[in-house]
Amino acid sequence: MKASLTKKICIYLGALVLATVIAVPVLWLFIMSISSSTHLTTLPLQWWPDAPTFENYRNLLVFAENSPSASFLYGIRNSIIIAFAATGLSIIAAIPAAYSFSRLPGPRRKNLLYAVIAIFMLPPVAIVLPLYTVMSALGLLNTHFALIIVYCSILLPFTTWLLKSNFDTIPGDLDEAPIIDGANRLQAIWYVILPIARPALGAAVMMAVLLAWDEFFYGLLFTNDIRAKTITVAIADLAAGRVADYGLISAAGILAAVPPVILAFFMQKTLVSGLASGSVKG
Amino acid sequence: MISYRKTVTAWLLLTPMIVIIVGVSGYPLIKTIYYSLTGAKLIAPDVTSIFVGFDNFVRALSSSKFLEAIWHTTYFAVTSVGAEMVIGVLVALLLNEAFAGRTLLRAMLILPLALPTVVNAMMWRLIYNPDFGALNALLLQIGMLDAYRSWLGDPATALDMVILADVWKNFPLVALIALAALQTVPKDLYEAATLDGAGVWNRFWRITLPAILGPLSVALVLRTIEAFKVFDIIYVMTRGGPASSTKTVSFYVYQEAFAYMRVGSGASYALIVVLISACLIAGYMYLIRKQGEV
Repeated sequence: MKASLTKKICIYLGALVLATVIAVPVLWLFIMSISSSTHLTTLPLQWWPDAPTFENYRNLLVFAENSPSASFLYGIRNSIIIAFAATGLSIIAAIPAAYSFSRLPGPRRKNLLYAVIAIFMLPPVAIVLPLYTVMSALGLLNTHFALIIVYCSILLPFTTWLLKSNFDTIPGDLDEAPIIDGANRLQAIWYVILPIARPALGAAVMMAVLLAWDEFFYGLLFTNDIRAKTITVAIADLAAGRVADYGLISAAGILAAVPPVILAFFMQKTLVSGLASGSVKG
Repeated sequence: MISYRKTVTAWLLLTPMIVIIVGVSGYPLIKTIYYSLTGAKLIAPDVTSIFVGFDNFVRALSSSKFLEAIWHTTYFAVTSVGAEMVIGVLVALLLNEAFAGRTLLRAMLILPLALPTVVNAMMWRLIYNPDFGALNALLLQIGMLDAYRSWLGDPATALDMVILADVWKNFPLVALIALAALQTVPKDLYEAATLDGAGVWNRFWRITLPAILGPLSVALVLRTIEAFKVFDIIYVMTRGGPASSTKTVSFYVYQEAFAYMRVGSGASYALIVVLISACLIAGYMYLIRKQGEV
């Protein structure tokens, strides 16, 4: 019995350490976000503001021309447009491709699937230079369109792979029957597969949006003002600004993190099972 | 005849994906190879391109600065992924025990994972701030430090501090993968081993580790591939400094091509990075093929 008590203490101690390690940095980010910048630059540092304020949030969320709020709000807008458009485009191409990989296999198609996964994992520097020169020649730099297209290089292989592994779990008889009755493949996908795969489709959409929301490299290179800068680029700009208002930067970080964090908690189960099957990028 | 029709249908359904992927990845990759053999400049990539053969590669591999960037990247990948694996497995073992608050704690693991990479980098940059950062304040107030330090401003500590921030964000990924694997290990295996007199240590090495080794190796390779691409966190936290001590290969390519406008040599650096990544990706393919997950 004694050994098990020691074990219990160890477990709770470990749990406490883990919870602290995870929570404290984020909690501190939040505390900074409700502090005034004078408070944060007063030494010695105090761990709680005398007068908590949501001024920083107000300064970000109330639009004013040529202010941090402009780049922040435009960043959110651009990220939403680009993330959803790129996800939509990817899903539309991924559904028939995933169906083909899953239901109509062949040795060459199998190799193609491996190639698609390999492309997904390729470092972005492998393709960024030609993408840049092409977009520049077409006059597409600093547009939503350029990033929507370029993000497909990440989202399309990812969603294809994810949907393919889900379609594999749907019994083959279900869509073979209508095809024998004379339906074509697109009809079989639309009327049989998609209704069954709706949860997986939802998960694929959400994960693709998360990936796009997190993207920074292409966003940094292909945009240069509020017309197309994504939220990640806007935050990097804020963090590198000459006027370092730590409270404001923290508030921007918190606000940018809220949508993906909520989305991720919401789909915790899918995320974990996706991780377990090795098909989710870290 | 039917199988012929099936093949045609199969390729037709794949066409939209193939067109997009060839357009946004395949063609650019080939163009990168072409650039790497030329002296192309960013201002007018097609006008000034002069064929230079393998000159760019020879120069890249004899440039001590580029080799240094490869070393920084390797150090970053090995150290951060190594730490993430060890911490991740320990956390998974903890969460595999029954205790009050376990579900909450497991849900908390999602937080670092879901935090955008750039926000994570920015958060740690503020914590490490040399003048007003929380780390300095904390260590000084509990007496572990005599004077404020510039964690990211000192070439001796900068890369390790960036690694710490990366580990904080990514250890939950390994933990969740290991935990999912642990939950498939039958409990009576442990009971039998305990009856046979196997200690904690023995049970870990003989039962637990072999059982989770498959998924864990997938996580290891996946994380290494990601770590080799590292750019965002470096850009936000240090921009490769101080004294190039945190300059990784992705950052090096970015600078060569977009700051110095040398597309040709930038492409050759990029291809060397691709070659290293390709080895890792091949390892990944081998693993998922063996585990039959594709």
